[in-house]
Amino acid sequence: MQQTAIEAKRRRGGRGMSLERRRARTAWLFLAPSLIVILLVAGYPLFRTIQLSFTQTSLLQFPLKSHVVGFLNYKFLLQDSQWWHSVLNTVVFTVVSVGIETVLGLGIAMLVNAKFPGRGAMRTAMLIPWAIPTVVSAQMWRWMYNDVYGVINDIFMKLHLTDKAYAWLANPKLMMPAVISVDVWKTTPFMALLLLAGLQSIPGELYEAGRVDGANPWQNFVRVTLPLLRPALLVALIFRTLDALRVFDAIYVMTGTNPNTMSMAVYARQQLVDFGALGYGSAMSVGIFVIIGLFVVAYVVSLGVEVD
Amino acid sequence: MKRMWLAIVVAFGGLLGGAAFAQGVTLHISCGAVGTELQLCKEESQAWAQKTGNTVVVVSTPNSTSDRLALYQQQLSAQSSSIDIYQIDVTYPGILGSYFIDLSKYFSQSDLSPFIPALISNDQYEGKQVAIPWFNDAGVLYYRTDLLQKYGYSNPPTTWTELTQMAQKIQAGERANGNPKFWGYVWQGDSYEGLTCDALEWIYSFGGGTIVDPQGNITIDNPQAAEAINMAAGWVGTISPPGVLSYQEEDARGVWQAGNAAFMRNWPYAYSEGQSANSPIKGKFAIAVLPKADTPQGQHAATLGGWQLAVSRFSQHPAEAADLVKYLTSDSVEIDRAVKGSFLPSRLAVYDNAQVIQAHDFIHALKPVFSSAVARPSTATKDKYNQVSSAFWTAVHNVLAGQAQANQALAGLKQQLTRIKGAGW
Repeated sequence: MQQTAIEAKRRRGGRGMSLERRRARTAWLFLAPSLIVILLVAGYPLFRTIQLSFTQTSLLQFPLKSHVVGFLNYKFLLQDSQWWHSVLNTVVFTVVSVGIETVLGLGIAMLVNAKFPGRGAMRTAMLIPWAIPTVVSAQMWRWMYNDVYGVINDIFMKLHLTDKAYAWLANPKLMMPAVISVDVWKTTPFMALLLLAGLQSIPGELYEAGRVDGANPWQNFVRVTLPLLRPALLVALIFRTLDALRVFDAIYVMTGTNPNTMSMAVYARQQLVDFGALGYGSAMSVGIFVIIGLFVVAYVVSLGVEVD
Repeated sequence: MKRMWLAIVVAFGGLLGGAAFAQGVTLHISCGAVGTELQLCKEESQAWAQKTGNTVVVVSTPNSTSDRLALYQQQLSAQSSSIDIYQIDVTYPGILGSYFIDLSKYFSQSDLSPFIPALISNDQYEGKQVAIPWFNDAGVLYYRTDLLQKYGYSNPPTTWTELTQMAQKIQAGERANGNPKFWGYVWQGDSYEGLTCDALEWIYSFGGGTIVDPQGNITIDNPQAAEAINMAAGWVGTISPPGVLSYQEEDARGVWQAGNAAFMRNWPYAYSEGQSANSPIKGKFAIAVLPKADTPQGQHAATLGGWQLAVSRFSQHPAEAADLVKYLTSDSVEIDRAVKGSFLPSRLAVYDNAQVIQAHDFIHALKPVFSSAVARPSTATKDKYNQVSSAFWTAVHNVLAGQAQANQALAGLKQQLTRIKGAGW
């Protein structure tokens, strides 16, 4: 009895379906669990954020008041000079820090790619800044930047690089460079690691061939290393750019909500958490999403990254 | 087999019986996060639990006040009953007031009168007593007794002009004596809530009001307030280090405790830190009320900080929760907390208690500070307080950093506050 039922089911499911379609169905079945998980953990929050961005909702009132206001939050966002200022801050932070990190990271990667005694220990030690939690290192840097007891001023003055102590995190002109330096210190090792992996995949024979053909080291670098490193470099660049656009912890710990350095994420957090403005904060989050999306598109289009 | 069944039946019977006999309720309280604060709260709530036959579970929370606010928001906006009693910062009654029950049902007028009046009125929301003050903070002036003596001063400054002059003289003298890192006065100038506290003290001491008055009118755009902020802007780079614009409490204390400042504005916690065994300034400093302005309207001012206890409106046992709040804010518990943890009591009489004076004489010395206490305008501005405070500290920071003129910045701030206020707070 039972057996015939299964048999019948199998016949219904199987008959009239080509092998290809059956395979496609199996593929979907295998994919379904991960798709459902992605839908739940990424899709639903995104959907809710977009939904909330069309409302005016305050978290701080009981009973919770929420009414639909259409595109009002987006209209405010476009007119909010503080928002545009924080977009500019974030873009400056991203371009400068990722630029410096790439150049330094490449240099360091080539250095530790060379064979020398203690290379393993060096590669491990290099990663320490990256391994320290950002909030911890940011607080550490905050103290090091202090104008009275900070070690940075002390070293600079002893080396006669500066003649007086600077207030690195208080002077509006020095704040952004100070914050970017910390990010460079922290993330260059990560960049170096990604690029080192790329360098190691370049076969040594190519350099030998280059030498035989009489190429000098610079020609070797430009003609052999760079082109072959391109895929790794692009991955590293995209990784770091998207990461830097979401910068929050380093800036939040070191300079808080100071308008001179406030990033998009810090501003959105202030609206969402401190002000309980769920609607406006959500519109801002959608704004961040769109801006990051634009960067991705720009990368894909301009650098011809293969999407597949 | 039979025996096992018997055992199970007996065990079940025991469980049921136990449930029937346990009459008390279980309360969850969030209080403190670390160290003495958490330990004391656990001990005290256990004492109440034993006395009343109830059970109390202490929920630990993040240490930083803004993280705690975020957690409370999540709990309360989800209408969760998992925390009955919240330990809340002095600005939360305004921000979260609609989530707490009216405690005046459980506290009579005579129950409330021993508390510091400024705190009791701070803890009201739309006419309801939504919280009971537990322990306090207030801005105080720290000064170096040894240096004042060295430069011929017998008393701490009572006006800002005196403070500025004394700071200049001591700073010049100490620098000439070989300490180029010495500064006259350190305080909190970073653009954050702490600057709101400091700037409120300057403005209030000049008779410039409290940004928004208790009726909800925006009063910040006035000449006294501009004068007060200009005075502070004049300190930056002269008697205060340029970096003061990025200083929070611990940055100021770092300069002060290393012996590199003559005066500091900070909260009372810096007192016990400064008197700790390995502190370079141990025994060389004292505290006083912050100076007032040199004008006829001048008055002393100390911004109130501190923590209150409130009962969630989603609590299943509000009566028991209110009773625990009553116990924790009672005379005997506050004396105990003052002695063991140097927490400043919210009841005025405790400052004169012999046990407390014997344990920490500085607590007694702080009593006059609370008679000049001024609360931040969170009661009037309610859930928009954080927006008001952020706009205020940003405007003040701009003036301090020399990016704006005080009167223009305050006129702009008034406009901004009017927009935040909208149809009403």
